[in-house]
Amino acid sequence: MTAAPWGAALLQALLYAALAPLLVGWVCKVKALLQNRRGAPVLQPYRDLYKLLVKEARVAHTASPLFRAAPYIVFVATWLAAATVPLVAVDLPTAAIADIIALVGLLALARFFLALAAMDVGTAFGGMGASREMLISALAEPAMLMAVFTLAMTAHSTNLASVIDHQLAGGIVLRPSFLFALGGLVLVAVAETGRIPVDNPATHLELTMIHEAMLLEYSGRHLALMEWAAQIKLLLYGALISNIFFPWGIGRSFAPAGLALGLAAVMLKLLMLGAALAVAETVLAKMRLFRAPAFLNLALLLALLGLLSHVILEVGT
Amino acid sequence: MSLTPLPLLQQLVLVLAAIVLLTSFVLLAQARLVSAIHVFAWQGALVAAVTTLVAAAGASPHLYFSALLTLVLKALLIPWMLHRLARRLELDRHVETLRWPTLVIMAAVALVIFSYWLVLPMVQERLAFTRNIVAVSLAVVLIGLLMMVFRQQAVAQVLGFMSMENGLFLAAVSATAGMPLVVELGVAFDVLVAMVLFGVFFFQIRESIESLDVDRLNRLKETAEEGE
Amino acid sequence: MNAALILAALAVALALASAASSLLAVRRRRALRLLALPLFGLAGLAALAAGLAALLTGEVGTATLPLGLPWLPSRVRLDALAGFFLAVIGVVSLAVGLYGPAYVRGFERARESLAALGGFSGLFLTGMLLVVLADDAFLFMVAWEVMSLSSYFLVAFQHEHAANRRAAFLYLLMAHIGGLAILLGYGVLASFGGGFGFDAMRAASCPPEWASVAFALAFLGFGMKAGLAPLHAWLPEAHPVAPSHISALMSGVMLKVAVYGFVRFVLDLLHQVHWQWGVAVLVIGCLSALLGVLYALMQHDLKRLLAYHSVENIGIIFIGLGLALLFVATGHALLGALALVAALYHTINHALFKGLLFLGAGAILHSTHERDLEQMGGLLRRMPWTGLFFLVGCISISALPPFNGFVSEWLTFQAALQAWQLESGVLRTLVPIASAVLALTGALAAACFVKVYGVAFLGQARSRHVRRARPVPLGMRAAQGLLAALCLVLGVLPTWVIGAINAVPRQLLGAGLPHATAHGWLWLTPVSAQTASYSAPLVVVLLAAMAGLSVWGLRRGAVRRIRRCDAWDCGFAPPSPRMQYTATAFSQPIRRVFALLFHIEESVSPRQNAPARYHLRVTDRAWGLLYTPVARLVESAARRVVRLQSGSLRVYLGWTLATLLVLLWTVS
Repeated sequence: MTAAPWGAALLQALLYAALAPLLVGWVCKVKALLQNRRGAPVLQPYRDLYKLLVKEARVAHTASPLFRAAPYIVFVATWLAAATVPLVAVDLPTAAIADIIALVGLLALARFFLALAAMDVGTAFGGMGASREMLISALAEPAMLMAVFTLAMTAHSTNLASVIDHQLAGGIVLRPSFLFALGGLVLVAVAETGRIPVDNPATHLELTMIHEAMLLEYSGRHLALMEWAAQIKLLLYGALISNIFFPWGIGRSFAPAGLALGLAAVMLKLLMLGAALAVAETVLAKMRLFRAPAFLNLALLLALLGLLSHVILEVGT
Repeated sequence: MSLTPLPLLQQLVLVLAAIVLLTSFVLLAQARLVSAIHVFAWQGALVAAVTTLVAAAGASPHLYFSALLTLVLKALLIPWMLHRLARRLELDRHVETLRWPTLVIMAAVALVIFSYWLVLPMVQERLAFTRNIVAVSLAVVLIGLLMMVFRQQAVAQVLGFMSMENGLFLAAVSATAGMPLVVELGVAFDVLVAMVLFGVFFFQIRESIESLDVDRLNRLKETAEEGE
Repeated sequence: MNAALILAALAVALALASAASSLLAVRRRRALRLLALPLFGLAGLAALAAGLAALLTGEVGTATLPLGLPWLPSRVRLDALAGFFLAVIGVVSLAVGLYGPAYVRGFERARESLAALGGFSGLFLTGMLLVVLADDAFLFMVAWEVMSLSSYFLVAFQHEHAANRRAAFLYLLMAHIGGLAILLGYGVLASFGGGFGFDAMRAASCPPEWASVAFALAFLGFGMKAGLAPLHAWLPEAHPVAPSHISALMSGVMLKVAVYGFVRFVLDLLHQVHWQWGVAVLVIGCLSALLGVLYALMQHDLKRLLAYHSVENIGIIFIGLGLALLFVATGHALLGALALVAALYHTINHALFKGLLFLGAGAILHSTHERDLEQMGGLLRRMPWTGLFFLVGCISISALPPFNGFVSEWLTFQAALQAWQLESGVLRTLVPIASAVLALTGALAAACFVKVYGVAFLGQARSRHVRRARPVPLGMRAAQGLLAALCLVLGVLPTWVIGAINAVPRQLLGAGLPHATAHGWLWLTPVSAQTASYSAPLVVVLLAAMAGLSVWGLRRGAVRRIRRCDAWDCGFAPPSPRMQYTATAFSQPIRRVFALLFHIEESVSPRQNAPARYHLRVTDRAWGLLYTPVARLVESAARRVVRLQSGSLRVYLGWTLATLLVLLWTVS
């Protein structure tokens, strides 16, 4: 166990926590520009987080100790899940600690505690948010796992580093299965991170909230941790999509030059992905809750077609 | 046979064939009629693209002509005619949802797996690449027929019929590098004539039973009995 | 007779002693909790020790008992498979032995017969131990019957209510139909093997059609006992009705004994498997898992909900077994071993967390006399330890890291992912679709347990007696704590557990998992390090380290305090307990999305001068589709047969004459 890989892994974990608000700020900026506004500065989320961290936290009388512990659990689980996704370098030891399935499991753990915290205070809004969130996540999970399986059956591994290595080794290959898996994964990512058209992250109407309704009672540093966790989740999905399907540029060694190139490459990809997300959010409208199953069925269908085209078209005999 | 040794052109053909399969699924479940017509147009364009690529890979020039014919007919002319028909029948904003969308999609997936199982015995190594596209085309044909079974709107049934024809064309192009030109021209002309006849008939049907729901065609039985 | 077998014999003896000492409870009611239940716990401990000894040493111990038929003395055999299931039985029985004394104290002042409770519990444990140890069909069936009958009496323990009697009758009926199928299966094997001993059956060479018949009979019989859909209808009726520690035993252990029977029959006795069997088991497993969890989401009776979850988890175990059969039949013994290890790991996990959850439900019942989720709420503050252990159970059953449920699901997914090595393209499509169904059930199970924990333990109490709940006695808490600690240990140290379980596939399939622990105790690499690896201890350490870092980083400075205030009320009146989401409301979106799979009766009837009445009933479709038609068929056939009983003496003599003539003609 040499020091360089673990040092790089630690650096990557810190990068995830540091860059997540920047991505969200970029998406908000692009959306504002598309709406003909100047918009808040790109660094605004950092200021918001700092403001929340120094404020006093207020907790309802009816809340139990789980309410106060949940933000830490949610933040740490999401952060650990993100740390296993290769961001700037491929052969990191953290990818061996938890593979894609364990990553999905860690995100599910975070969501479990988020939903429990929502139900803890005993108001109707928390129950509503928790109930809706569990519906959406239940329908998104088979689509996500089917897309993961399509990747894993091509690369013969669920270890993220192996999958990216396999992609890089193959050169430019057009696979229908990867195309469909990309489509399915993008739709699942939109649903899981709570963006339009599944959920509106900027809404103030309680009856339209899903993720926000679960955070309604939080304030101060607890709210800061929850918001940060949501931002890290968006960065996680962005890094997953850009580094698995378009891995070119990622660092193969731990030399500083390679890491810097990897960082630049992933930031460029995330910039484009963030802009695409902003365009999609401007063009589409939020769906009614009971239209979300149709959306997620489309994601499942795409992932399923990816698997079928892998079996039928890509592997002979 | 695995993917990486194949030349880029053949990989592109596989990608396009897979997207044709996707369009047949979308056609099956699409509720809005006008959007379904657009999807059908895209399906035709994709089949024309596959034909062009096969022509370029195999250097059979007459396939260029059939690609052009498919593009003009299937992607431009027939969708335009259907669009005009829909507008005249006042079906512009018509939305027709399947009753059990999940079950129908699951049945379509089962059809894909079944058609793959059917073509497995074609074990000639030389045909392995095209054999897989034949599986996809057979699936498109079967899903077109499934669409005709489960959709009630008459124009949607025409779309199902046309997508069956698309599937057959795709199979012909990929398996045998196209049909003889005479056969293709004849089939294309037949399809065009069928479109015109459909248009005329739909007006007749709507006047008789005042709806274009094919389930209600059994009302014609009663009017015939009354007439005698 | 090796040491493991001696320990097993001790376990059986202690169980019988527990049953016998309950007879003292006829006079002294305290004997049950002072004598019988501790003996029960000791029997569990002995069984656990015997099982571990058999697994770790890998020896096979056999002995011949002076029981049984004259030409067929009963034989017992303790090998790795039996040892594993002995360990499963033992650990849950130990927990029940710890839990029982405090729980049955509530029965001492009631009128029910405590001797019956203790006696039949002891007999139940004896039956299960002997089923696992049996080495010939006769002892197996006798022990199976003892197990079924004693559990019938336990289910019918509170027989004053008619609903309980009906549930017990349904349970007995289905247990016997299943038992008949198993007996016929053994009959097929015995006729080809030439004897009823398992040795003879192993050496038998059945033609493929008869092997499939035997497999179908065994699958039907053991599947009915295990609670696979659509033969599961007795489970949600019978398990909630029994006393809570018995429900824990039935759900946690008896269903596993059915799994043992299936594994023994198919993988050991019928060792030539066909891939079609694997597909059938896989499909039925997926169906059970999905239907089980969906029906569980619709329940608001806590114990009925847990019973439906047992259906789901048995489905998951059979998904693993189906994969194992598929891989073994197509010649991939190593992959079959992986799938079998995944199924066995899920078996022990389910025993642990289902036992924990049922014991927790019993604790809630003991404190609040309430089983209905709609009346509970806010129990975490009243019963903190029970709440903590129940939370561990909820996290484990939702398959979330770092607890044990996640490890077995991860192993099942890894086994399914190796489907690319199969030659048949159709199978290569079916297996990932099955794993997508497994992913869906995992997510729905998490939704269900958010509902259960959120409605029962969090929020505000929805009724007065729940608001006044008191913590449960130490024994009950200790038992739950033991199971919760084991859930954590099995989640964090999977390499040790797999090292122990590895003896089972090595004995049954001839191949263990050589690479699983090849990289040390820290890394679990079932196939190879490049394919997939999971390091549970590192996950726990990193989670704890990051949590500690965050807590330390954020709690410095002036703003360390928190201030208490009212919850957000939109500016209107403060939220009352009735404004909270109910359990039915929580699962409403899922009910709407999956409405086709249930049989829903929903109506709103407005009334004058009173609030409108809302009626919702969600029932199992299996009743209408399968059970009612079969019952009607049996009834109509019976009605036709009844015509034979015309009541006239001369007609009966006429039938006797006719039968005599036919027999004489056949014999001649």
